[in-house]
Amino acid sequence: MSEDATARARETAEAVYRAESRRVFATLIRLLGDFDLAEEALHDAFRAALEQWPRDGVPANPRAWLVSAGRFKAIDGIRRRARFVAIEDVAEQVEAVVDDAPPWDDEGIEDDRMRLVFTCCHPALSPDAQVALTLREVCGLTTEEIAQAFLSTAPTLAQRIVRAKAKIRDARIPYQVPTPAELPERLDSVLRVVYLVFNEGYSASSGESLTRVDLSSEAIRLGRLLVELLPEPEAIGLLALMLLQESRRAARTSPAGELVLLADQDRSLWNRDQIAEGSALVERALGSRRFGPYALQAAIAAVHAEAASADATDWGEIVGLYDVLLRAEPSPVVELNRAVAVAMRDGPAAGLGLIDAILARGDLQDYRLAHAAQADLCRRLGRTAQARAAYERAVALTRQEPERRFLERRLAELPD
Amino acid sequence: MKFLCLLCAEKVMEQMPEVDAAKHFEDYREFTAAIRESGHFVGCNRLLPPPAATTVRVRQGKVSTTDGPYVETKEQLGGYYVIEAKDLDEAIQVAARIPGAWIGCVEVRPIAEDEPTLRALGTPR
Repeated sequence: MSEDATARARETAEAVYRAESRRVFATLIRLLGDFDLAEEALHDAFRAALEQWPRDGVPANPRAWLVSAGRFKAIDGIRRRARFVAIEDVAEQVEAVVDDAPPWDDEGIEDDRMRLVFTCCHPALSPDAQVALTLREVCGLTTEEIAQAFLSTAPTLAQRIVRAKAKIRDARIPYQVPTPAELPERLDSVLRVVYLVFNEGYSASSGESLTRVDLSSEAIRLGRLLVELLPEPEAIGLLALMLLQESRRAARTSPAGELVLLADQDRSLWNRDQIAEGSALVERALGSRRFGPYALQAAIAAVHAEAASADATDWGEIVGLYDVLLRAEPSPVVELNRAVAVAMRDGPAAGLGLIDAILARGDLQDYRLAHAAQADLCRRLGRTAQARAAYERAVALTRQEPERRFLERRLAELPD
Repeated sequence: MKFLCLLCAEKVMEQMPEVDAAKHFEDYREFTAAIRESGHFVGCNRLLPPPAATTVRVRQGKVSTTDGPYVETKEQLGGYYVIEAKDLDEAIQVAARIPGAWIGCVEVRPIAEDEPTLRALGTPR
């Protein structure tokens, strides 16, 4: 083979690795029955590809070649270790690996990715572990990258992942897509993980910067994967919600990194492609008539996205959607958001009455946005003293720098 | 694969009004008959309430006993099932049908079946 062809084969191997490694990995877990064995086999297979493809040419179906190579490497490994264990055990292990269905049908490979997602998000794992494992095993992020995203240390993250994998093995968490009867609860758990990853990227809960782009794009990629493989209305709703929120990213912060509220955002900065895609997905989810909280939140985001300005927004429609959302998923945070929409529709006094009632009930006392919303409505009604007290409560509760600066600016702007 | 299902609740049979306890016993009779039928059943027992418990320790060859369970919690251990299930999802499905799960909770734990354990228990494969 010429030098050119060798270089091309190497490039192909590397491109295949970037595009296919997670798919191949998901299938190897099914064939080998173990995350660590699969990881090892995956690396062995790619090492073999880098050696052989430049010499023998790129195989017709690189993905099938890799799965097959990974499987043989794993069998080799088991046989090599066999010198130390009883011969029946080896026979059993090798048989388990060899006996399985042929790995090279593409449909099966897609099922394997779903198996991997559902296993990583199994509710028997702690929520933290679900997030870490999904980012590591499904998205292929390194532990260093995950640690950085969650302001943690790599050893802590690595430990969490090791423990989660041990639980999968020891508690016999199966590598399968749940049955239709289990699906609603299990899908909830997957969607929650994806949305958590998105939110950590979109509105970092602490730290210097307001957003972390990488996590949001990973979450959107995961959302697309889910919709592609399991087009349930709530999966579609979640993807729509993420796209519609993401569409405002450029407008959410000023060039100096300051927070810009929805009403004050330069709407020409909103990403029209994401809005178009998100809105179409909302229609698809709502059309199914089996929609839930994600599709409803996406529908609310779509109403905002379609308005030319805050004043031109159909606030009546938004209040109506919040009413439906409250019935689907009663929560004080949803009530708070509804109250803000009522303030936009009927004036600040109407909204403030609702917020005062929520806080008087003792709900959301520790929720910074409840106090910030109360402060804003008091300010607009000219109740300066009350506004000041509420802004101060909000400042005391926020852990995020740009948000703190925003609230302190508002506080400073209040008349004496 | 065997799983131990530990039943924990704030109230055990002895602390329930008689009619409630009778109903609960009937629920257990139905559930246990059903898992015997489906092949999930391996064994089960109900325990007398925690005040009847004694905790035993041996330190430097001396036996010390204390009154009550080894750990005091609001939820009390009331009984257990040992079930056979192919994986955790199947075990969870069975555990969710245990009547105690509706008022208390059920801890599901895989039973160790590694070689040293089986040898120690005198039940090699």
